[in-house]
Amino acid sequence: MELRDTAEESAFRGGLRAWISANLTPELTGLGTRHESLELLRQWSRDLAKAGYAGLTWPQEYGGGGGKHSEEAIVLEELAGADAPQHVGAIGLGMAGPTIMGHGTDQQKSQHLPRILDAREIWCQGFSEPGAGSDLAAVRTRAERRGDTFLVNGQKVWSSYAHIADWCILVTVSDPDAPRYRGLTYLLVDMHSKGVEVRPLRQITGDADFNEIFFTDVEVPASNALGEVGAGWQVAMTTLLHERATLGFALTGFLDGHVQRLLRLAAADLKASEPWLAEIAAEWTQLQALKLTAYRSLGQLDLTGMPGPEGSVIKLAWSESNQRVTKLARQLLGPGAVLDDDFWQYQQLRSRANTIEAGTSEILRNIVAERVLNLPRSR
Amino acid sequence: MDFTFSPEQRELQEQARSFLERRFTPQVVASLADSDQGWARESWQEIANLGWLGVSVPERLGGAGLTFLEEAILLEEFGRCLYPGPFQASIGLARPAIPEGQLGQLAGGHRRWSVAVGAACNLVPDLGAVDAVVVERNEELWMVPASGWTSERSIDSTRRMGRLSEVAAGERLATGPQAAQLMAQMRIRKAAALALESVGIAQRVLEWGIDHVRTREQFGKPIGSYQAVAHPLVDSFVEVELARSLCYWAAWCISVEHRQAEVAALAAYASAVEAAVHTCERVIQVHGGMGFTWESPLHRYYKRSLWVQYFGGAPALHRRELARSLIAEAVSQGRDRGRPAATDQGGSLP
Repeated sequence: MELRDTAEESAFRGGLRAWISANLTPELTGLGTRHESLELLRQWSRDLAKAGYAGLTWPQEYGGGGGKHSEEAIVLEELAGADAPQHVGAIGLGMAGPTIMGHGTDQQKSQHLPRILDAREIWCQGFSEPGAGSDLAAVRTRAERRGDTFLVNGQKVWSSYAHIADWCILVTVSDPDAPRYRGLTYLLVDMHSKGVEVRPLRQITGDADFNEIFFTDVEVPASNALGEVGAGWQVAMTTLLHERATLGFALTGFLDGHVQRLLRLAAADLKASEPWLAEIAAEWTQLQALKLTAYRSLGQLDLTGMPGPEGSVIKLAWSESNQRVTKLARQLLGPGAVLDDDFWQYQQLRSRANTIEAGTSEILRNIVAERVLNLPRSR
Repeated sequence: MDFTFSPEQRELQEQARSFLERRFTPQVVASLADSDQGWARESWQEIANLGWLGVSVPERLGGAGLTFLEEAILLEEFGRCLYPGPFQASIGLARPAIPEGQLGQLAGGHRRWSVAVGAACNLVPDLGAVDAVVVERNEELWMVPASGWTSERSIDSTRRMGRLSEVAAGERLATGPQAAQLMAQMRIRKAAALALESVGIAQRVLEWGIDHVRTREQFGKPIGSYQAVAHPLVDSFVEVELARSLCYWAAWCISVEHRQAEVAALAAYASAVEAAVHTCERVIQVHGGMGFTWESPLHRYYKRSLWVQYFGGAPALHRRELARSLIAEAVSQGRDRGRPAATDQGGSLP
């Protein structure tokens, strides 16, 4: 056990800090998750990739860093600490990329992986539908085989990044008569294809981070199926496993930013923060516990190469933590909190989605109950 | 960054678990809890023979020359089996105050220690099982013999309490800044040691809860298939895993004398004792009426978890203290803003 950086990690961190301070312009800080300036973010992500700070966990043959999880964690921490934006291709790097590596053809790998790394391709996720949320196997978006193409019709919802995405990982029904879980096909869809329409969904924050995607007679080459036709469920499970695992450090990095701000807020008005000291410390503590647990589960990932279900634990605890932190920060502001401060107001409302997106807390509890505690299935 | 135990540390953990599970089954602990002595005196020599009392004692004094990290592994395992005896008192609480000249006796299992707490500084855990007590007196630390005392009724019959009725003169251990430093060190170790014991308690109880809901059937199905039953156990699992990470962090900080040792120990304590109490309560609940019986081992674990929380102090108070130190740091960082970040900061922890 050694919780300080090794000499190698320390050198990596030092180099990264120097790179960030040389490259981070004021217009980039605080851009966060609101993508008003796509080109700026794309360029920043390209620069990150060029400097070797993207896809550190990816195998070297695909242009990555060769499975350096601790360095990936350092990148996420340092970017969050400097208030710098993360790589804009989060879904490509964390979900589409690893799924393509696991199930893709050589052609699919060479076509997409390098372009995901340097943000030439931004990806979005087409999983949820109005009638299929937690119950993913109930999707109805149809993919009909017509010779060398699939004809895609249907609607997806809650798609982050879809309004700026170039590609989509899409779960479709290719055989509506097959038994449940057997008739699904996982497609890689060019978002610039004819018949794809993206409509932003205005949320309770007033912003539009999510979108609906409508597919009307969209022609997708049959060679864009990822994995076997009809095996889409297994491919989708790979994506979801990676979603929660790789998310860990990104989530704690994001929460770290909030907790640091919370502490500065408390430091600025000691009297106002006095009644809330125990709550403030509890949130700081929870953040450290999440970070440490993410490091502890790295050992597991390095051993087996596949993320374990621990990721569900981190996502579950993180989402509730972020909801409490953002509400606590508003509370510290006193009656002034009724005014929209353009940061905490947005973050507090936005945090309500944290227990819904990327697996609702109810589904995550089921996953932990069944796969970690080995309790009997609830359904 | 490496947050894993070494093969030797894992071996120690497995060895401790298998010995303690065999030696201190819930039946054995129950009969000791009801006995006059309250503990198995002969077990101390067995533990000494296994080398577990001299873990951090230098090799030249008959110990293993290891650190608090290895003691932490044992504290968790001793908590897990609800060991009745002064292991927590000697290793978790009194250890930093034991004079070097007596460390050989510690390692050999020839002498046992505890500490005095309370307003009059005369309330002592496991007083009937120890030879000497560390007492704080006028900002000095003293070691007094464990004689002249009365027995008090502890809420946990596996961890008895006694009150020193007359405090013999004893031996002065430290004065002035040296005493203050020693007391600070003991405070940090106490928080971490109680936290580790709590994680051991919580883990064992959670396992009983899981086993029970897997097999107990109602309405024709195991009750663990009902989400209303399963989800509280998941919440306990999450709490225990997060607390465990904090505990190992605190143990590591103490073992390398890291500047974060104090905040880590405070954080670990507040999280772990709450995790233990919550887990006991949830697992009693999922056991239904059986969980409420004297026959079930659960009440002893529950009482130990409450004992730890009352003895160590309210988690909220620890958090308030922690917050003050975090906010003070944020204030000083605010003052330093604009200065370049230290490049030798190293380490990804705060």
